[in-house]
Amino acid sequence: AKLAAKLNPAYSVLDKQTPYKDATTYNNFYEFGTDKSEPAMYAGTLKTRPWTIAIEGEVRKPMTLDIDALLKLAPMEERVYRLRCVEGWSMVIPWIGYSLSELIKKVEPTGNAKYVEFVSLADKKQMPGVGSRVLQWPYTEGLRIDEANHPLALLAFGMYGEVLPNQNGAPVRMVLPWKYGFKSAKSIVKIRFVKDQPRTSWNLSAANEYGFYSNVNPDVDHPRWSQASERRIGEDGFLSRKRKTLMFNGYNDVAPLYAGMDLKKFY
Amino acid sequence: MPTTKQISWIKGAVFVAALIPLARMAYLTLTGQLVDPLEFITRGTGDWTLYFLTITLAVTPLRKLSGWNWLIKLRRMVGLYTFFYGFLHFMTFLWFDHFFDLAEMWKDVLKRPFITVGLIAFVLLIPLALTSTNGMIKRLGGKRWQWLHRLIYVIAPLALLHFWWMKAGKHNFNQPILFIVIIGTLLLMRVWWATRKAAQ
Repeated sequence: AKLAAKLNPAYSVLDKQTPYKDATTYNNFYEFGTDKSEPAMYAGTLKTRPWTIAIEGEVRKPMTLDIDALLKLAPMEERVYRLRCVEGWSMVIPWIGYSLSELIKKVEPTGNAKYVEFVSLADKKQMPGVGSRVLQWPYTEGLRIDEANHPLALLAFGMYGEVLPNQNGAPVRMVLPWKYGFKSAKSIVKIRFVKDQPRTSWNLSAANEYGFYSNVNPDVDHPRWSQASERRIGEDGFLSRKRKTLMFNGYNDVAPLYAGMDLKKFY
Repeated sequence: MPTTKQISWIKGAVFVAALIPLARMAYLTLTGQLVDPLEFITRGTGDWTLYFLTITLAVTPLRKLSGWNWLIKLRRMVGLYTFFYGFLHFMTFLWFDHFFDLAEMWKDVLKRPFITVGLIAFVLLIPLALTSTNGMIKRLGGKRWQWLHRLIYVIAPLALLHFWWMKAGKHNFNQPILFIVIIGTLLLMRVWWATRKAAQ
């Protein structure tokens, strides 16, 4: 189904967009299987309506919002973001949504809200991959509150002019273009504001490989491969070198969030 | 026991069948059906190296259990295909991953044990491939040739370790465990036969 939105050029890159087919058939969404072709094959069973997000924890106005209320919460923007996967490939995707900060304003976090935790749906009946021992379920991700409030942090409902396909995290997900893709939780059912840094699924699974911050950083290697370069899906083929990965995936606006931090230590 | 003619037919069939995985990878890539052909080829060539290594190691136990001694006539070819797919796997790494930047490649090899181990396994395959001809067997002498080719007992664990570490990031150990069990069994059968022979 179509999802109307106005392009926000300030938050859009001019890179060539990844073909829709590639962006919707090559996915990491382990709730539907670990193979990148599996989400497109098995995500049909996901029921995206009715859908609610429970917002709780250190907020003055905890609330449960259903998907229709969320869709109307703020004006929809289209933003063309680069997406860099921790595995060394990248895409360019036109997302539709609004800054998470719009939602945060509504619930009025207290002074104790230092972090935000995102919890994805984990329903074995709809998601055949839940129950595999690859990760702890439900899939959990987190941000520091200032990261969550950064205007680039997008609460997304659509892509390529349409509502999100199930395999891309329908009906609502995060998109954090300066972090590796796995930081952007899909099919979110709960957002919690908390005092302490939340444990995240990939960090629990392999702490030395996946840090809490996981900012795109060409100078900090993954233990098993270099992060200095990447393959742009659909573009970088056999006859070209891989392209250089940019610090914060090219989103230098976020640099002040990490001023004074040793990013090798806080990877 | 098949006749000499039948065996050459079987050999021909195995030779062609062993090229099917390569043909499939080439077809899917050239027809643009893969989102990420480079990852597919890296995985595919690695997987088939392991499959052929396993088949190579299975020849002797299978021969002993079944009494089909003619199977030994297929072993050289299967072994060479192990090397062939291993070579393609290495070339994928050198070409697609590093675009022939040897200095970069070397840095990667030294820094990442998972790659170090894979490369050692491949390098150890080279002398085996080079000495696979009848002429080399004669020149080395059967005993020495056999000792050299026992390198496969070093290569197999290294290949398994490489595979294990590759899958470790995603805690996806089903396949590595399966191959450790299969190859482990194939090696233990040899130990069993060797100790029985020594006892006699």
